[in-house]
Amino acid sequence: MGKKISFYEKWCKGCGICAAFCPKKCITMDENTNKPVWNEDECIQCGFCELRCPDFAIVVKKKGEK
Amino acid sequence: MIEQSVVHKYLRKNKKFPHIWCPGCGHGVIMGSLLRAIDKMGVDRNNVAVISGIGCSSRTPTYLDFNTLHTTHGRALAFATGVKLARPDMLVIVVMGDGDAVGIGGNHFIHAARRNMDLKVVVYNNNIYGMTGGQASPTTPSGKKATTARYGNIERSFDICDLARSTGANYVARATSYHVKQLENYIYKSFNKKGFTVVEAVTHCPTTYGRLNSLKEPVAGMEFQKNNFIMKNLWDKLSDEEKQVKFPMGEFVDVDKEGFVTKYLNLIESVRQGD
Ligand SMILES: Cc1ncc(C[n+]2csc(CCOP(=O)(O)OP(=O)(O)O)c2C)c(N)n1
Ligand code: SF4
Ligand code: SF4
Ligand code: SF4
Repeated sequence: MGKKISFYEKWCKGCGICAAFCPKKCITMDENTNKPVWNEDECIQCGFCELRCPDFAIVVKKKGEK
Repeated sequence: MIEQSVVHKYLRKNKKFPHIWCPGCGHGVIMGSLLRAIDKMGVDRNNVAVISGIGCSSRTPTYLDFNTLHTTHGRALAFATGVKLARPDMLVIVVMGDGDAVGIGGNHFIHAARRNMDLKVVVYNNNIYGMTGGQASPTTPSGKKATTARYGNIERSFDICDLARSTGANYVARATSYHVKQLENYIYKSFNKKGFTVVEAVTHCPTTYGRLNSLKEPVAGMEFQKNNFIMKNLWDKLSDEEKQVKFPMGEFVDVDKEGFVTKYLNLIESVRQGD
């Protein structure tokens, strides 16, 4: 997965909460798969998508962590 | 498995995921906040008990790798009282739905609070009986719909925080599944207090409450919380009209009355010395 986000697709139920409340609007829901897609360049690693995911499908790396 | 977060560390390895909760159900969000708060305590997981009754919310302990008890509807506090008195050193957390806590379990709730029993309660309040298909619960707001209130609920509803305050809890706070950081913080604070503590975690239930009350999409349920739950100090300044449509959150009680366990251990000590 990407540099900032690791996403466990099998656990995701496609609810869209992560995308709706990302403060940078850098998550979009893929129309075909109904799963989130990240534009990691815009991500500020605030962690809210991880905290609000009801299915523990997202882990946001802490800033500075490789 | 992906990189582990704090939450993953405490999930039972022999359980199938994703969990059974509906897509976007707030219960999962609350479970995440609960686990992060437990982790912050830095205690051995063998010294933590998570106890529930019956309901969607009460499925929580079945997924968690602590000492867990999934008991009967409304009776979690009775079982938890037994656990706490047998093992006073243990952090005993009680997870209940609104129906579980203040409907069928209402009597246990008021007496555990009256005793100031050292239990850490987290009520997942989705304002309805989720698991059984959306019957009105004691917290379904007046006018809102349920499968047993098709034209709108004509009853008044309980405010769980008011109930906990008036029956004697040492710590009472409310946050929502949208306000995750506050929620985690209040749960963590409650763990550090003696006596009976209650954190009301207001949560959205897209499938029953949401479907019946125009909040069918999980995002809509959380938008509602974001727009309508405001910190208590700001809420206090609202007009009476505004107070009808906005809801206060924050910490309502934070006192240090002697808890039951302290008194109980002192009693044992003094009786022993009297021998
Ligand atoms: C003694 C008893 N009465 C009724 C039931 C049926 N029942 C199961 S869950 C439930 C309601 C759960 O609602 P709540 O506690 O609010 O939790 P939620 O499912 O909304 O999370 C009921 C009435 C039961 N299991 N046991
Ligand atoms: S919040 Fe979680 S379950 Fe919902 S769409 Fe995003 S990753 Fe999937
Ligand atoms: S960490 Fe914050 S900024 Fe990055 S994707 Fe998640 S919610 Fe958006
Ligand atoms: S019925 Fe409601 S509370 Fe139960 S799992 Fe579904 S969304 Fe959650």
